Amino acid sequence: MKTVRIGNGQGFWGDNVDAPVELLRGGPIDYIGMDYLAEVTLSIMMRQKLRNPDLGYATDFIDFVRRVLPELKEHGVKVLTNAGGLNPRACRAKIFEVARELGVSGIKVGVVEGDDLMPRLPELLAGGNELRNMESGEPLAPLAERVTSVNAYLGARPVVEALEEGAQIVLCGRVTDTALALAPMIFEFGWGEEDWDLLAAGTIAGHILECGAQATGGNFSRFWEVPDLWNVGYPFVDAKPDGTFTVSKHPGTGGMVTVDTVGEQLVYEMGNPNEYITPDCVADFTSIELEAAGQDRVAVAGIRGRPRTPYLKISASYLDGFKASGQVTVSGPRAVEKARLAADVVWRRLGRAGVEFEEDQKVTELIGLDACLPGILSTTGEPPEVVLRLAVHDPERARVERFGKEIAPLVTAGPPGVTGFAGGRPKPQEVVAYWPALLAREEVEPHLEVSVEEV
Amino acid sequence: MASRRVPLSRIAHARSGDKGDGSNVGIIARDEKAYELLRRELTAARVKDHFTEICRGEVERFEVPNLRALNFLLHDSLGGGGTASLRTDAQGKTHGQGLLAMELAVPEEWLS
Repeated sequence: MKTVRIGNGQGFWGDNVDAPVELLRGGPIDYIGMDYLAEVTLSIMMRQKLRNPDLGYATDFIDFVRRVLPELKEHGVKVLTNAGGLNPRACRAKIFEVARELGVSGIKVGVVEGDDLMPRLPELLAGGNELRNMESGEPLAPLAERVTSVNAYLGARPVVEALEEGAQIVLCGRVTDTALALAPMIFEFGWGEEDWDLLAAGTIAGHILECGAQATGGNFSRFWEVPDLWNVGYPFVDAKPDGTFTVSKHPGTGGMVTVDTVGEQLVYEMGNPNEYITPDCVADFTSIELEAAGQDRVAVAGIRGRPRTPYLKISASYLDGFKASGQVTVSGPRAVEKARLAADVVWRRLGRAGVEFEEDQKVTELIGLDACLPGILSTTGEPPEVVLRLAVHDPERARVERFGKEIAPLVTAGPPGVTGFAGGRPKPQEVVAYWPALLAREEVEPHLEVSVEEV
Repeated sequence: MASRRVPLSRIAHARSGDKGDGSNVGIIARDEKAYELLRRELTAARVKDHFTEICRGEVERFEVPNLRALNFLLHDSLGGGGTASLRTDAQGKTHGQGLLAMELAVPEEWLS
């Protein structure tokens, strides 16, 4: 039976930059998926694009292309990515520029567009699409002035179209992470639009791959069992036309692929396991059968799926005031007591200055005591030092700025043993908040555009 | 049968991440017996109680027997969620480790 090998070389923008190069060079591979978009990355790209119309994509991807383009061409490895962000055409132009610099030609690059709904937002809202927040149920219209990006999550189909037109690199914006693995399976195996079990299998393969090393020993509970984590191999699947696949990694790399490492990735960011909803299908995680299949190999079978829903998920972002955080290290005897006093000093001095924050708009954390898991895990006995971390959120920049001025004085006008204040006053950062919503498919799909060009 | 209270890390492993303004914690039992014990003892109410200082909303529980897993959704557990949260752990990355620290009575003979 035909087998296609599909890997993931980048789980998010900020992931290890050598990982995709290692995946490419570590052994045979047919497709590499690379994910660069977190929930609010697109709003950052929006600002870059406003400042410079040639930006608005993941520039790290260009560095990768520069490192490996001749090898990609030589081995015919295909790369699928959402690095195109809000400006996949500019990303392609940059890749062509790099190709010409390197003297590489004959590479076809596809661009998928139509996920960016920002230009169409007034029209969509006027047309009765309320884009209600999936969590709060609130409509988007009252915030329209503060919206910084609106993107639809696209599925695998437009990526398949680019592959059919011969693209070796496909640049998308907001496409689902799972589509980057599913698309090559649809393309290679000719799966149909309503082969729900097969589409669910490819989707679940994509879920296993999408966070890179999280399938191969990264973030694994029993970390002490994971060999050579420093050199962890990124995952790939060997996929078959019947929807079964095995998860593995290249020999000689660190990390491990076991039923347990794959299982942990399957429950990562899981909602209702019976219905994992993507633009392509609804996958049933309770149907997955995992089985050890040799050293660093796990076989996956039995996956069932159901028809896709009439909606696409929308990922919007909007400006939501300002925040800042500052910290000092408090050391020596009675460190916890001193840190609590220091926090009290800051909040009361701010009160004296007429700058008070609501309880849910400020945070006091004692890192080293119980910052992450209060009430669950805390030290027994007195720690020799703790980090005091304070943070605030407010609609007004000036109030957040005033907060930032109240950290440094702790060094001389606070309790003893306060140190580690460096890097200047905490600066207010604009908060870009996330707004998930649903939109009927027919508002988006007729506007999708796929173009493939050759350098 | 003699039993002993031990952290869940002795019989299970877990991973967590963000899910809107809440987190999810998936916990996987090491074998079928341990899964039956988790299914019986690790109720949504017990998890809510364990995360009482972290989770302001409801706790939902789902069973995933094919993976020997339970999945918990901890609603309103990130102090605002995503970029709006002021917490160090704004994405609930540590909540899985937190659940593994919960103690349950486990038959002595499983622990050898």
